[in-house]
Amino acid sequence: MSLLVITVGLFSLGLYGVLTRRDLVAILASIEVMLGSATLLLVGLAAVGTPMGSHEGAVEATGVMVIVLAAAEAAVGLALVISVARRFKTTRVDELTEVKG
Amino acid sequence: MSAFLDLGWSVVLLPLALAVVVAFSGRLLGRLAPAVAIIAPLWVLAYGVLSLVDGVHGSSRAGSVEWLTPGGPGSLTVGWAVDGLTAVMLVVVGLVATLVVLFSVGYMHGEGGLPRYFAALCLFTAAMSMLVVADGFVGLFIGWELVGACSYLLIGFWFTRPAAANAAVKAFLTTRVGDVGLFLALALLWREVGDLSYAAVFAAAPSLPAATVTAASLLLLVGAVGKSAQFPLQIWLPDAMEGPTPVSALIHAATMVAAGVFLIARAWPLFSLSAAALTVTLAIGGLTAVGAAAAALAQTDIKKVLAYSTISQLGFMFAALGVGAWGAAVFHLVTHAVFKALLFLGSGSVIHGSGTQELEEMGGLFRKMPVTGATWLVGAGALAGLPPLAGFFSKDEILHDVAGAEPLWAIILFGASLMTAFYVARTTRLAFFDSYRGDGHPHEGGWSMRLPLIVLATLAVGVGFAGSWLAETVGAHHGTLDLAVAAGSTLLALIGLFAGWKAAGTHHPVFARPPFARLAPLMRAGWGADALVERVIIGPVAGFSRVLYGFVDRKVVDGIAEGAVPLARGLGRAFATLQSGDAQWYATMLGAGAVALLALVSYLGRGL
Repeated sequence: MSLLVITVGLFSLGLYGVLTRRDLVAILASIEVMLGSATLLLVGLAAVGTPMGSHEGAVEATGVMVIVLAAAEAAVGLALVISVARRFKTTRVDELTEVKG
Repeated sequence: MSAFLDLGWSVVLLPLALAVVVAFSGRLLGRLAPAVAIIAPLWVLAYGVLSLVDGVHGSSRAGSVEWLTPGGPGSLTVGWAVDGLTAVMLVVVGLVATLVVLFSVGYMHGEGGLPRYFAALCLFTAAMSMLVVADGFVGLFIGWELVGACSYLLIGFWFTRPAAANAAVKAFLTTRVGDVGLFLALALLWREVGDLSYAAVFAAAPSLPAATVTAASLLLLVGAVGKSAQFPLQIWLPDAMEGPTPVSALIHAATMVAAGVFLIARAWPLFSLSAAALTVTLAIGGLTAVGAAAAALAQTDIKKVLAYSTISQLGFMFAALGVGAWGAAVFHLVTHAVFKALLFLGSGSVIHGSGTQELEEMGGLFRKMPVTGATWLVGAGALAGLPPLAGFFSKDEILHDVAGAEPLWAIILFGASLMTAFYVARTTRLAFFDSYRGDGHPHEGGWSMRLPLIVLATLAVGVGFAGSWLAETVGAHHGTLDLAVAAGSTLLALIGLFAGWKAAGTHHPVFARPPFARLAPLMRAGWGADALVERVIIGPVAGFSRVLYGFVDRKVVDGIAEGAVPLARGLGRAFATLQSGDAQWYATMLGAGAVALLALVSYLGRGL
C-alpha cells in the first residue's frame, strides 16, 4: 500500500512540475521524475508480488531498460532544449507559442 | 402478300428507321430527304390497303413480345394485331402522311432544318402506326406519348419564333393532363385485370365491378379529351396552328387529334359498359361541337377557322360515341380526315401563294389559284355537309343516331352544323371570292402541292359512299340514310351557307354591328378559355412558384447554403482558440482527459 502511495505521490509531483514549471529544463526533469515513479512501481510490484504471480527476472530487465531509455531520452530532450534555446533565445514555454492557431 | 402482312411490326420499325436515317444523314441526302422520308407513310399505306384487300375479320394476324415483368400479377407485353379498324386507320394515316410529305416538298421549299422536319414526320408516322396496330393498351400508350412528342417537335419547328415555342409547350402540357388520365386508366386496369392486352381486358370487363368500369372508362375519356382537344382541354389546338401548315393537316386535323376517338372506339367493349361515361362523352362532344363552331364564326385567321372547325367536328364524333354509334364516329373520323386534310393543305397553298394567313388580306383568290380554289370548294362542301360529298353521309349518320337517342343533343348538333355551314361560306368568300385585298402576287404552287389537293378532293367526293362497307369492315352497325335528317341537315347547310356568304360580303360586315360587334372578340378568343385558364390555373401556379422562389429558394435553401460558410468560419474560430500554442496547456488537457477516461472506465467497469 505504501508502495502505491509513494509512487503515485512521485508521479503526481512530476506531473505538477510538468504543468507548472515554465522552464523547459525543469519540465524535462519533472518528466524524469514521472518516469522514475512508473519504474519504481513496476519494480516494487515485482518485489511485493501480485495476484498474477511474480516475474522478477523479466521485470528487472524491463526496469533496467527503462532507465537506459530515460537516459537516452534525457540526452535527446536536452539536445532539443539547446536547439530551441539557440533558435528562440529562450527556454520558457509560455513564450514559445509559435504554433498558435 | 401474306408474308408481307405478317410483318406487322414493319409499319412501326421501318418509319422509325427512316426517321433515324433522315435525321442523321439529311445533309448527305440533301434534296433526296423527302424522297426517302415518303417511303415510310407509303409503306404504312400499302400495308393498310393490302390488309383490307386480304380481309381482316377476326384479327388473325398478330404478334407480340414480352417487354417488362414488373412486380405484379403478370407481365407487360407489347404486340401488334391487325383488324378492320386498325387497317382503316393505317390507310388514313398512310394516305394523309404520304400526301403531306409530298405537299411539304413544295410548301417547305427553301426552309432551313428540313431533315429535322422530314425526320419528325417519319417519327410521327411510326408513332401513329404504333398507336393503331398495338394489340394492347401498353403499345397504344407508347404510340400515344410519341405522337404527342412529335406534335411538340413539329408545332415548335420554327422554334426561334416565341409564339411557336410557346404553342408547342402549351400543346404538350395540355395534352399531358389528358395523358395522366390515360395512364391512371392503365394502372387501374392493370391492378384489376393483371394484363393490358385488349383481348384480356375486354374478356374481363363484363365481370369487373361497375364502379371500376366507370372509373376506367372516365379516365380513358380524360385521355381522349386531351388528345382530341375537347372541352375543357381544347385550348391547345388553336395555338398549335403555329406549326407548319402541312403538319397541321396531318397531326392536328387528320390523325393525332382523332386518336381520342380511335381510343374510345378501340376500347368499346369496355367503354360501352359504363352508361355514365357515355353520358359524359355525349355532353362533352355536344358542348365542344357547338362551342367550337361558334368560336370559328368570327376568326380572322384562315388556319384558326380550320382549327376550331376541327375541334367542333371531333365534338361530333364524341357525341356519336356518347350515344353508342361508334361506327358512325369512325366513319366521320375517316371522312373528316380526308376533307379536313384537304382544307388544311388548301389553306397551306393559299398561305404559300399569298404570303398571309389573314382572311382580310385575301379575297378573289379563286381566279388566281384555280386548282386550290376548286379543291377547296369540294372540301368546304364536304365540311358543310352538302350531298353527295363525304361529310354529308358521315355527319348525317351521326345526327340520325343522336336524334334517335337524345333528341335534345341532336338539336344542339343541328345548331352546330348550321354554324359550320356559316363559317365555311364566310371563310370561302373572304378567301376566294370578291376582289383581292392584299398587296402580293398570289400564285399557284408547284405540282407537289397541287397533286395532294386533287387526290384528296377526289376522295372527299367518293369516300362518303363507302359508309356501309366501312361499317362492315370495322364490325359496327351501319344505319341507313335517314331521308328526314338528310333533308333537314341539307336545308340547314344551305341556309348556313347563304347566311355566311352574306355575312362575309363587304356590304354586310355582320361582325361590325351590334350585338355581334361586342360578341365577336369573345368568340375570336375561343370564348375566353385561354383567359380563364390564365386566371384559374396559370395565375395561382405562377404565384405559388413565386413564393417558392422568393421564400423557399432564396431564403430557406440559399439561407442554408450561404449560412454554411459563416457557420464553418465561426466554429473554426472557436476551436482555434483552443490551440494556444502553449504546450503546458495541452499537457493539462491531456492529463485531464486521461483522468476523465480513467474515471469513466472505472465507473463503467464497476460491475465487472
